[in-house]
Amino acid sequence: MSSDSTTTGSGTVRKPSRMKLPAPNAIVGGTLIGILLATACTGALWTPYDPLKLSFREKLAAPSALHWLGTDEFGRDVLSRLMAGAATSVWISILTVTLAVIAGTTIGLFSGYMRGWTDRIIMAFNDALLAFPGILLALGLLAVVGANKYGIIVALGIAYTPSVARVVRGTVLSLREREFIAASRVMGNSEGFTMARHILPNCIAPLTVLATSMFGYVLLAESALSFLGLGVPPPAPTWGNMLAGSRPYIGQAVWLGIFPGLCISLTLLGINLLGDAVRDRLDPRMRGSR
Amino acid sequence: MTTKAAPLLDVANLTLRIGGSGRTVVNDVSFQVFPGEIVGIVGESGSGKTLAARAVMGFIPPAVRLEGGTIRFDGQDVMAMSPKDLRTMRGSKVGMVFQEPMTSLNPSMLIGRQLDEGLALHRKLDASQRRALILDMLRSVGLRDPEGALTAYPHQFSGGMRQRIMLASVMLLKPALLLADEPTTALDAVVQRDVMELMVELTKANDTAVLLISHDLGMVARYCSRIVVMCQGDVVEQGLSEDILARPQHPYTRKLLSAMPHRLPARLLPEAKTPIVAVSDLVVEYPGRQGFFRKGEAKRALHGISIDVKPGEVVAVVGGSGSGKTTLGQSIAGLVKPTSGEIRFNGKPIQKSDAAYWDYRLNCQMVFQDPYSSLDPRMTIRQLVAEPLRLVPDMTPADRKARVAEVLAEVGLGDGFAERYPHELSGGQRQRIAIARAIVRRPSFVIADEPVSALDVTVRAQVLELFDELQKKHGFSCLFISHDLGVVEQVADRVIVMQDGKIVEQGPRDDIFDNPQHPYTQKLLAAVPGLESTPEGGVRLFWRRTENDASIVG
Repeated sequence: MSSDSTTTGSGTVRKPSRMKLPAPNAIVGGTLIGILLATACTGALWTPYDPLKLSFREKLAAPSALHWLGTDEFGRDVLSRLMAGAATSVWISILTVTLAVIAGTTIGLFSGYMRGWTDRIIMAFNDALLAFPGILLALGLLAVVGANKYGIIVALGIAYTPSVARVVRGTVLSLREREFIAASRVMGNSEGFTMARHILPNCIAPLTVLATSMFGYVLLAESALSFLGLGVPPPAPTWGNMLAGSRPYIGQAVWLGIFPGLCISLTLLGINLLGDAVRDRLDPRMRGSR
Repeated sequence: MTTKAAPLLDVANLTLRIGGSGRTVVNDVSFQVFPGEIVGIVGESGSGKTLAARAVMGFIPPAVRLEGGTIRFDGQDVMAMSPKDLRTMRGSKVGMVFQEPMTSLNPSMLIGRQLDEGLALHRKLDASQRRALILDMLRSVGLRDPEGALTAYPHQFSGGMRQRIMLASVMLLKPALLLADEPTTALDAVVQRDVMELMVELTKANDTAVLLISHDLGMVARYCSRIVVMCQGDVVEQGLSEDILARPQHPYTRKLLSAMPHRLPARLLPEAKTPIVAVSDLVVEYPGRQGFFRKGEAKRALHGISIDVKPGEVVAVVGGSGSGKTTLGQSIAGLVKPTSGEIRFNGKPIQKSDAAYWDYRLNCQMVFQDPYSSLDPRMTIRQLVAEPLRLVPDMTPADRKARVAEVLAEVGLGDGFAERYPHELSGGQRQRIAIARAIVRRPSFVIADEPVSALDVTVRAQVLELFDELQKKHGFSCLFISHDLGVVEQVADRVIVMQDGKIVEQGPRDDIFDNPQHPYTQKLLAAVPGLESTPEGGVRLFWRRTENDASIVG
């Protein structure tokens, strides 16, 4: 831009917005997550077989036309259990992430905006929590709240809140120094309005990326907890406890471990790809640069 | 004067193109630099001046391809040199000073070692000889404690000092050619002049030729014997400095010249009863670093400032960095809490509990320095400009919409811009939006903190003109903060000169510019050119001198 010759009237170089194909990571990630969500929704309502029904005649059957993904040691249909497990896992993950994001954003915004002693005390506490590995913290909390579906949500939600609070606080601190925040104050906007109108929307891009990748971690953590026997109690299926249950039979019935494992891996891959794509999309500065 | 010897640097028909898109960024550029001569390349950002100069060193970004032309340094073809020869040439025969003193020195290396690096590489000297040379050079660039500087890190020096050190490190090797790419752009006006003087002096003493790249025509004209004017990759004009200034041939050169600040006749303002803003004995202290148990020592930014701004008046506050001018603006805007003193707006003190507070808040607006950070990146232009109207009582949505459209038209941006985001606009356009946002409520007082210092010269001139126009149209008073007296000359009715948190001089613009009393004011003035128009449509520059530097020939 060598000169600034601006013209009154219509804008000069605005390109007509063409329908562009989404980025490849959005397509792959979106497809994977789409399949996951569809499976979870279906699994919540309908499964080919009852995922809890025992059938000792068919135990450890290999994948066949009858049981597409085979059966487990009690003769339960693996596909049905995976579908039901997807519903449980996704539901737990969504609630956990929501809890962590709401709590973390509130804490981070408050802390970053207040600064001073309030900020120091909150952040010292936050850092202490961060110092524990999330899963260890969740294990401890589960011991307190009890190992069930809602216990996991609360425990993992609390365990992941500090990292959200950190990210939000960091973003708030850097945004606070920007001149548009000063501009908002000169306009006469109240602190609350400035926070809601200027600071929060600018936190959304990093938050979205964090939330999507956290969704993956939570799914993994939930599986890990179930694997350790501290998650959703059996016989209700989750991917984690299916993986755990497959361990003794890895030699005879390899599909018992492979399919839940594959589900977890593909979901994580999909979430990470989608997370990047969503960030690119949400930030107006990234639009049109691709 | 230039025919006596073979050129030191001969660039002929140089053409550079960006690989993928095929856009030509440097197009058929030819110029020469003779030994001991200072040649300036002038152009705005995007004119290709930096690329052309970097090609001389053999530094071309990977995406850029050489399409044609030759560069001969001392008779040798730079493009055909082996990497080894190129390395010998860089540093020992051609030196380079970059724009950004903050990043061009390695922050984790001692100054002494950084200076030693080049010497050790290119000269066969032992350590004590090198040390003596370095100390000598540091002394000649004006460092007070050269011994101490050897064991100091770059962050311990100010920008001006770093640029001197950079210059020292380059001149140590006594290169035949010095490439200086916007060497003083990041510095404030007074320091800028000191560094330039030093550079000229040092290169003259070592018989080094200089290729000075800058967007500042005034500065280039002052120090260079010849000027090459570049615009969008083309050389539009080149010749002796006096000729270019006095008889510019190309329209672009004329545009550059007309973009230099000029003074308009002083305005007569109506006698006012009460000042719109009255600041008395304002003291602002910033708390020092706090530990857990002790309070840090406060740093005093303003030492009891008193100023008045009358309705309709434009008051310029001028000073170098650290003079407290920005703090003054921010405390009047309500962004910094004064430690003591009083600020009255329309005769009433500013107090949040006061009923008059809203009158102040709605009527006192601010334009910030950096158009890249003063606009919320997530809001469209329409939203940005409409936001201040939210707090104006008794305005219907239709009124607001009409007002936004009106103001956008006033700042020269049509409705087509309204739905765009700030990142889609150029710096100048963004600053227009920032001005639009400040005046959309029709405030009676606007604080402009360095509103044009982040902009290119011609854009700067346009924005200044716009600001001037709007001020006359709407009659708001203005506190115009700047480090550059040249900018102020064009807009101000009255000038206040600040140094170290105190006012050193104030008065009507013409008095300050024509008859400065305080040495600091004189120094500031010596850094900006005065202009006289010539009949051919060009200008003649003259330089004001401070009383104690008669040695400089303007």
